[in-house]
Amino acid sequence: MSAEDKSRRDRIARQFIEAIPHARELGMALTEIGDGMAEIGMDYDARLVGDPETGVIHGGAVSTLMDTCAGAAVMSHAIAPAATATLDLRIDYMRPATPGERITARAECYHVTRSVAFVRATAVDGDPSRPVATATGAFTLERAKT
Amino acid sequence: MIRRPEPVQVVKQRRDATLQRLVTGVPYIQFLGIKIDRRGDELTGILPYADKLIGNPALPALHGGVTAAFLEVTAIVDLTWAMIWEDMEAGRLTDDTPRIPLPKTIDFTVDYLRSGLPRDAYARARINRSGRRYASVDVETWQDNRQRPFAKATGHFLMPARDG
Repeated sequence: MSAEDKSRRDRIARQFIEAIPHARELGMALTEIGDGMAEIGMDYDARLVGDPETGVIHGGAVSTLMDTCAGAAVMSHAIAPAATATLDLRIDYMRPATPGERITARAECYHVTRSVAFVRATAVDGDPSRPVATATGAFTLERAKT
Repeated sequence: MIRRPEPVQVVKQRRDATLQRLVTGVPYIQFLGIKIDRRGDELTGILPYADKLIGNPALPALHGGVTAAFLEVTAIVDLTWAMIWEDMEAGRLTDDTPRIPLPKTIDFTVDYLRSGLPRDAYARARINRSGRRYASVDVETWQDNRQRPFAKATGHFLMPARDG
């Protein structure tokens, strides 16, 4: 990939996050972007608590982080898609995220066809050796008109 | 001796207060602005439109994560509601009852059928099975047309340990 392609990809991926009102609202930040992969972090926020007893973040907020990260991974793929949308997404919640800790999701497009991208994602908190959640999904792949 | 039915306002007040306690206690439900409408024992989730819920400003469309969260919230509230219904009806839930424990999501799978439009959404859950330990719930959400859901989901939940 040329330097020009790389900077173009980085720009698109960053805009992808910045242009999403709900991702901004949750304070998501893109920390890494590669060919068909992305990493996005989200700080602990008391507004996102799902269980007031424990202070654990709601699964829905983790879903949103995973979905956004998976979408960013699709957009950063070398074929440079024009757009993407989630077809389906399955999240497995392995353990509650530790209250107070930042959650980081990493997603990779492990296979793409002409019109579909298959994505895997993992979310971790302060202890990366024990994932909080994993996700798999299928995304639409709209190719840029040539 | 035949017990007289309780006055309707007593029954309604108790049900609505319990539901309120369930919903207002969760910050994330408030953050998304989700309301729960009750008709007898049937609950409907309502997600009033807000600009901050947008995921694709070009279309515009609701964020897929918001749709997933709305479905998951509706499933959890519905499951909790079914779990406490008998105790509530029997008047065993009082203001002194400790906080109602919530089921924990094991997995959640969302099928996105069409994009969520920038307007209010509604959701209803159906409990496939609720055992002592595990539960399976289907939930779907629609906007203008009940016959055209824009997303459906199935989730599995771990039920809180209960006394008795």
